Amino acid sequence: MESDTVIHVENLAKRYLIQHKNLSNKKGGGKMLSERMHSAAKSIWGRFFCGSGIETSRATSEEFWALKDVSFDVRRGEVLGIVGRNGAGKSTLLKLLSRITEPSRGEIRIKGRVASLLEVGTGFHPELTGRENVFLNGAILGMTREHIRAKFDEIVAFAEIEKFLDTPVKYYSSGMYVRLAFAVAAHLEPDILIVDEVLAVGDMAFQKKCLASMEETTKQGRTVLLVSHNMPTVLSLCTRAVLLSGGMVAAEGSPVSVLETYQNAYRDGSFAVDTSNSDCRLLRAWIGTDSSASQRSVPMSEAFDIQIEYEVLNANSRNFVPYVQLDTDSGQCVFHVNPENISRAGEGRWRAACTIPGWMLNVGGYQVTFLVVGFSANSYDVCLNEPSALSFTVVEDVPHPGRYAYAGHVPGAIWPCLEWKVNKQDSPPLSLPYDSL
Amino acid sequence: MQAEITIRSGRSETGYWRDLWQYRELFVFLAWRDIIVRYKQTVAGSTWALLRPVLTIIVFTVIFGRMGKFPSDGVPYPILVLAGMLPWQFFSNAISSSTHSLVNNNSLISKIYFPRLIIPISTFGVAIIDYLITLGILAAMMAWYQVMPTWRLLCLPAFTLLAVAAALGPGLLISALMVEYRDFKHIVPFLVQLGTYVSPVGFSTSAVPEQWRMLYACNPVVGVIEGFRWCIYGGQAEDVDKPLSLSVEGSLISCGVVLILLVLGVWYFRRTEKTFADLI
Repeated sequence: MESDTVIHVENLAKRYLIQHKNLSNKKGGGKMLSERMHSAAKSIWGRFFCGSGIETSRATSEEFWALKDVSFDVRRGEVLGIVGRNGAGKSTLLKLLSRITEPSRGEIRIKGRVASLLEVGTGFHPELTGRENVFLNGAILGMTREHIRAKFDEIVAFAEIEKFLDTPVKYYSSGMYVRLAFAVAAHLEPDILIVDEVLAVGDMAFQKKCLASMEETTKQGRTVLLVSHNMPTVLSLCTRAVLLSGGMVAAEGSPVSVLETYQNAYRDGSFAVDTSNSDCRLLRAWIGTDSSASQRSVPMSEAFDIQIEYEVLNANSRNFVPYVQLDTDSGQCVFHVNPENISRAGEGRWRAACTIPGWMLNVGGYQVTFLVVGFSANSYDVCLNEPSALSFTVVEDVPHPGRYAYAGHVPGAIWPCLEWKVNKQDSPPLSLPYDSL
Repeated sequence: MQAEITIRSGRSETGYWRDLWQYRELFVFLAWRDIIVRYKQTVAGSTWALLRPVLTIIVFTVIFGRMGKFPSDGVPYPILVLAGMLPWQFFSNAISSSTHSLVNNNSLISKIYFPRLIIPISTFGVAIIDYLITLGILAAMMAWYQVMPTWRLLCLPAFTLLAVAAALGPGLLISALMVEYRDFKHIVPFLVQLGTYVSPVGFSTSAVPEQWRMLYACNPVVGVIEGFRWCIYGGQAEDVDKPLSLSVEGSLISCGVVLILLVLGVWYFRRTEKTFADLI
């Protein structure tokens, strides 16, 4: 291990056994003793009468490799972004790094104190007050009492909850809850901070504050590992990124190049076979008319299509509606739209095209997120969620009609040509009160 | 230079006990959480801590004393019951809360690392508080009945430790088993209830026929309870000539069972600990 390497991951693999009995799935909680006895009895029975007892036990569980052969290094002071689609193994990797679970193969070597924030407010007790929870949460994260006491005022100020310090957190708004939880973790001062998607919640202002605090952390020579679906965050915060796909490292390098590889997979639909048995899966996504050559930049003056192909595997008498969400590269949502009048869209392959009119978006970079939501009579499930599946840049091919002689930047995520009515008020009113004086 | 840790499959971490020491404050914090959460949003508040043992004593005294008519070793019957109840209540409270502790704290286990031993052990905090309160009630009762303790009372801390050890072994074992087999959720309350009747809480071990006493001593709680009685009112004028209700051999058997269960509990817990996050 080199002197400035703080995390060294070598041939890391993690295997889960998936139970194929309908009684228990991967996270379904403990097994029943009777089941275990039953299968033990079966295997003894099998050994006696069929010569081998292994066959019978294999029938009930299947191996699933959440991670297979992952290797990478992290140097001191780096901010490493870990990106990948759902089920690529990101969370498993973080769990291994934070010692929550043990690898099945391979090795991790870590230098320094690790603090991991896999969930906001782990260990918060709803009945306890904010003050009490700061101490409890701090202790769970590995802070000493003196350390918490010394940082207490800073934590409270950071979370902006001074007034509610002695209120049980069960009465907190979700924003307050997240702020307090992040504030505790932000004052942990570990050598290595591992963060999983925690910034997805909380308002914009607080997210900015958290990001600033994380930037501050890295300036002090600390190392940050960040899993995020929010590509703008990865682009702006990370110095390096690792793309996981199907439990393996698919790309590694600068965030921009990794994001490129990530989105290429969407364009040609070449992502690893989706093992999650979801109700709906994405086949392909592209911009423009030609599915084989997705447009990277679109002219401002012309309309263009954002297209996706998806397959509904298990409709279960739900109506499947596709959504397109557009965000700017700085993470601001431009719109979140879906087609109206979709009814009884069930199993099968679907293609959806959303037309963005010309003279609509402003110059700049945009990220496209796809969702497919299954609606039943009175509830809905998000069956597909692919954040930042595509990105494109809008260029001003011909000067915007609204420019006149102005050549500079125009603010706003959109720059639409709206209908105006401008009339010259030529003839002044004939009689104004003071005229008659 | 900072400590370097290596995470590898199947390798028992050498730093485990050092980690446990580093996280020592967490024992206190988790115990403190359980204690204060228990009386949140109750009208009577912490009065319940006093009320609960008092109510239990009344029930026990009435049921065993009035109806059972057990011999009382020559001390006022309520003292006998209370001296037995003191360790038994501690034992059953500690067992009930520690065995459920891992499952109840599953969000902690699946989201954050710390030595897992902290979780079941910290639940003993609540049981210890109850124990101290009951001890206070016992002191008051002894003053009321004018039962004078002897020098033997000084051995009480040692027997308290024995009670902790007796509860810790099965507590660790069953809490780890419960992660994988939720059956124990149903087994534990039954065992505790059964224990109330087969342990010498409402009666003295002298009520058990002589030939069965050695077998009876295999119940780890028997040694603890009789030890408590010996500390609290042993050597009273009336029974000075009587042999101890539990012989020295019997006590040793009881202590041996406690020790075996403790070693077994720690061993099994440590062995399965790493898979908790995957199974819970």
